[in-house]
Amino acid sequence: MKKKHYFGRGVMFLLCLVFAVAFLLPTVLTITNSFMSESEINSNYGMVFETTTGGYVSKHVNLKFIPDKVTLSQYITGLVKSPAYLIKFWNSVILVAPIVVFQVAIAAVAAYSFTRWRGKVRSLIFFFYVILMLMPYQVTLVPNYLVAEKLGTLNTRWAIILPGIFAPFSVFLLTKFMRRIPYALIESAKIDGAGEWQIFTRICLPQCRSALFSIAILVFIDYWNMVEQPIVLLSDAEKQPLSVYLSSINAGEIGLAFAMAVIYMVPSLLIFLKGEEYLVEGIAHQGSVKG
Amino acid sequence: MCFLCPSFLGVFLFFILPFAVVVKYAFTNAAGENVQFQNFVNLLKNPIFKMAAGNTLRFSAIAVPLSVALAIVLALMLECRIPMKSYFRSFFLSPMMVPVASIVLIWQVLFSYNGTVNVLLTAMGKTAIDWLNSDKAPLVVVLLFLWKNLGYNMILFMAGLANIPRELLEVADVEGASGAYKFFAIKLRYLSPTVLFVTILSLINSFKIFREVYLLAGNYPYESLYTLQHFMNNMFNALDYQKLSAAALIMAVCMVALIALLFAVEDWFGKDVEG
Repeated sequence: MKKKHYFGRGVMFLLCLVFAVAFLLPTVLTITNSFMSESEINSNYGMVFETTTGGYVSKHVNLKFIPDKVTLSQYITGLVKSPAYLIKFWNSVILVAPIVVFQVAIAAVAAYSFTRWRGKVRSLIFFFYVILMLMPYQVTLVPNYLVAEKLGTLNTRWAIILPGIFAPFSVFLLTKFMRRIPYALIESAKIDGAGEWQIFTRICLPQCRSALFSIAILVFIDYWNMVEQPIVLLSDAEKQPLSVYLSSINAGEIGLAFAMAVIYMVPSLLIFLKGEEYLVEGIAHQGSVKG
Repeated sequence: MCFLCPSFLGVFLFFILPFAVVVKYAFTNAAGENVQFQNFVNLLKNPIFKMAAGNTLRFSAIAVPLSVALAIVLALMLECRIPMKSYFRSFFLSPMMVPVASIVLIWQVLFSYNGTVNVLLTAMGKTAIDWLNSDKAPLVVVLLFLWKNLGYNMILFMAGLANIPRELLEVADVEGASGAYKFFAIKLRYLSPTVLFVTILSLINSFKIFREVYLLAGNYPYESLYTLQHFMNNMFNALDYQKLSAAALIMAVCMVALIALLFAVEDWFGKDVEG
């Protein structure tokens, strides 16, 4: 009996290992390949990507993990020789930072409202939020474009930041979390004479600390990788974030693309290392869809 | 009372109000005359729209249940006390932080006609497949979707599993319940709210996969990859707001129906579990 148990766990472990390798493969590839020289990249992958002249560089694709010679040349090209990448990186930061901060802040207040008061009207509004959240970006494309045109924000950062701040995604997630806070806690604070704002800041927010962080991480990852919004609303290439620029790097510069992707991954990596526990904790209490 | 105001004002201004304009577009022609349902009739006759809608429906219908089921399996696997559990958890989550651009690069290296998968296939004596330009293309995208989203879904299910009262499982053990019985009668029952929650999140993510497909294959990918998002995006580029709005409205109506159904299912399921 005991032996069988160990055997089962061994099989599970091996299965997990197989999955883990498959999941890690692209990440590891991105990192190791960023240290290859352009010529090595070309001889490995030249087959896949057509060069600008129309031909292929080599005949065999060669998926390779360990570079023949570790070189920082791609990083030097991207970071030192041309400032374009750093500017785009900064563009990403100033687009995403306000969206994450304000979306979560406004959502926290709204979620508190959805948690504390429930009526027909509020349920209907919440239903609206869920629907809006589900709409693919292409559906809100025209609305966003029209509003940006009316407000005169088209082709400025505000065209992306403003709709981003009010996106209903984190309202939904936070509401679900806040509805798990024991009602007695809020009730007793009320009896002690706390106002709504006090209950919100002193009781609700500390209770949802990890949820706030985990939602901030999700929002960050989503917007850090945005592609569609800037293409439509921010046609000025100078202002576009690195995520758009990265995707348009052409075949001659795959090595550079890998290196810049690694640079672009650094903030996500740091946030992950710091925040993974929050990500796990923050959802530990989520419950039903409607709450 | 006014806690909702900032958010609602923003949502009203940036989403609901302009959506009213979309509704107006959907019922008028290019000259602005009221044409009632003509745009919808045209759209439903349009073969490209039908193809795109079918592809979107098929992709979501395959990818969403698959990602829910596999995530449960992964969560159950990690629940067995295997070594290095927290490392595995991090590994499974790692795809979340890889930038879209490099995901696309790697998928091209793997699945283009001269890519690694085909090199392996021919080495094994099979014929190479043009993955991204054949009927196999949705398979590649489903794989990409699962790779990207399974980790987070798994985390959600792990949280759900942790919330199951221990006593219940212990009693089941004492009574000699089989593993299968414990799973279907206890675990799955308690996971049902999480299942619905993950289904909704996966549905959102299944629409977001357009980003990767767009970067992999551009505005006009192989037929089997042409989704509603491609259709709407191309209508937007062609300034055909009428078609775009009508398509958006059809999609919105479908969503309302689907969410209403999910909420109803939850009410029905949730009663005896939530208590």
